[in-house]
Amino acid sequence: MDVAIEVRDLVVVRGHKEVLHGIGTSVATGGVTGLLGPSGSGKTTLMRAIVGVQKVRSGSVTVLGQPAGSAALRSRIGYLTQAPSVYADMTVRENVRYFASLYKGVTRADADRAIADVGLSDAANQMVGSLSGGQFSRASLACALVGRPDVLILDEPTVGLDPVLREELWRKFRELAASGVTLLVSSHVMDEAGRCDRLILIREGRIIADDTVDAVRRAADTHDLDEAFLRLIRAQEPVEVAS
Amino acid sequence: MSPRILFSTTRRVLTQLRHDKRTLALVVLVPVVLLTLVYYLFEKQPGVFNEIGLIMLGLFPFAIMFLITSIAMLRERTSGTLERLLTTPLNKPDLLFGYGLSFGLVAAVQAGVATGLAYWAFNLSTAGTTGLVIVFAVADAILGVALGLFFSAFARTEFQAVQFMPLVVFPQIFLCGLFAPRDQMAGWMQALSKVMPLTYAVQGLQEVGAHVDPTPLMWRDLIIVVGCIVLALSFAAATLRRRTD
Ligand SMILES: Nc1ncnc2c1ncn2[C@@H]1O[C@H](COP(=O)(O)OP(=O)(O)OP(=O)(O)O)[C@@H](O)[C@H]1O
Ligand SMILES: [Mg+2]
Repeated sequence: MDVAIEVRDLVVVRGHKEVLHGIGTSVATGGVTGLLGPSGSGKTTLMRAIVGVQKVRSGSVTVLGQPAGSAALRSRIGYLTQAPSVYADMTVRENVRYFASLYKGVTRADADRAIADVGLSDAANQMVGSLSGGQFSRASLACALVGRPDVLILDEPTVGLDPVLREELWRKFRELAASGVTLLVSSHVMDEAGRCDRLILIREGRIIADDTVDAVRRAADTHDLDEAFLRLIRAQEPVEVAS
Repeated sequence: MSPRILFSTTRRVLTQLRHDKRTLALVVLVPVVLLTLVYYLFEKQPGVFNEIGLIMLGLFPFAIMFLITSIAMLRERTSGTLERLLTTPLNKPDLLFGYGLSFGLVAAVQAGVATGLAYWAFNLSTAGTTGLVIVFAVADAILGVALGLFFSAFARTEFQAVQFMPLVVFPQIFLCGLFAPRDQMAGWMQALSKVMPLTYAVQGLQEVGAHVDPTPLMWRDLIIVVGCIVLALSFAAATLRRRTD
């Protein structure tokens, strides 16, 4: 089993606060890993470290065998920021084509395909600034998919989307995973956790579970992932008091 | 740097401008309006427009492009697109030179219209050629772009960014020789004006105004302006951090 993402003893300080306290994990090539945790637990921070835009205090992050953020990696990694980051003053198509142009060998046809993949074909010529919230975030997602990356880091890709669209996107994610792409997806929605191969549960900058979905269910002794999540978090609390 | 990415980034910035017709119209029309005002202001004083109008042709593009670029770059930062771009194969010079090229192109149109108006409607006369006046106007505009890219790094909000305009641009205008001849300024002011790039841009234009053929001083001034552009762009690249807090 090849390792796509390797995080070791990662310590990140943001502002004056230590946000990640020496965490480590490794993500295998191909498949979907869910990154879950309460708001403010450090999911976005960890993802930023993996794509190489986060200053880190100590520890290491390796992606596809190279240090995170290195030049050779940047053509192989796609990043969806939590807040949509596309140009509001251009159309969807112009945005996706621009991001396509940053990757060697990625064509305008690929751009149109990415737009279709996120279900925005009908709005392709609409200005991004005039899109609805969910369309806006899908435009951003299309720009992350368009470079045909080997590693996809998606920060809450389905937030605010209806069940039908979520279903379609997850089918797309599974399809990508089946073709060997490594996906790390953060989410708050537990029914999405069930669609992942592995889960990383993070709480206050520490990993409290890192296993297959079934193993997490077994550890918490419940089939309901919502409940499992709560139990695992509660199980941590006495430890916190003691320390 | 990659020609493909540089080209597509230039195109992208131009596309954004193309969708913002009002900004484009303002970029071209504001210098026209101001130049007209200056012309009628000095209508009764022969010869003054020849001096002031000529310098204005270099000042407008500088000030306007500084402001537009610093806001554009700030938007790139606050909208998260900059962070995202830095996770792609794009390199910092691709972005900075992309801005320089696209806004430089817009500035060339702006300078062409303003210079044309000054010569044909307001009878501006210079000993040197119109072409050289436009070269300086465009170089000034790109200087404004480069400084705007650099100073936007120190602004977190639009409120801060717009205030860099009076802070960075006004002193250069005060001390460049437009309001008072530089050799009549106090020593410390002369020293200040010597380190301000706009001084050389204005001096170059004055050289074009006064001499039929390009003078060595004019070439030196142009080289200094271009040098400052390269310097400001390199500093801007240094302030573009891939990793942030
Ligand atoms: N720029 C910043 N400066 C200082 N502190 C920050 C900054 N960004 C985030 N933090 C802090 O770092 C911690 C982790 O934030 P992070 O964005 O990684 O959380 P998250 O798990 O992604 O939360 P959410 O689910 O709400 O998106 C939070 O306590 C947050 O307040
Ligand atoms: Mg987050």
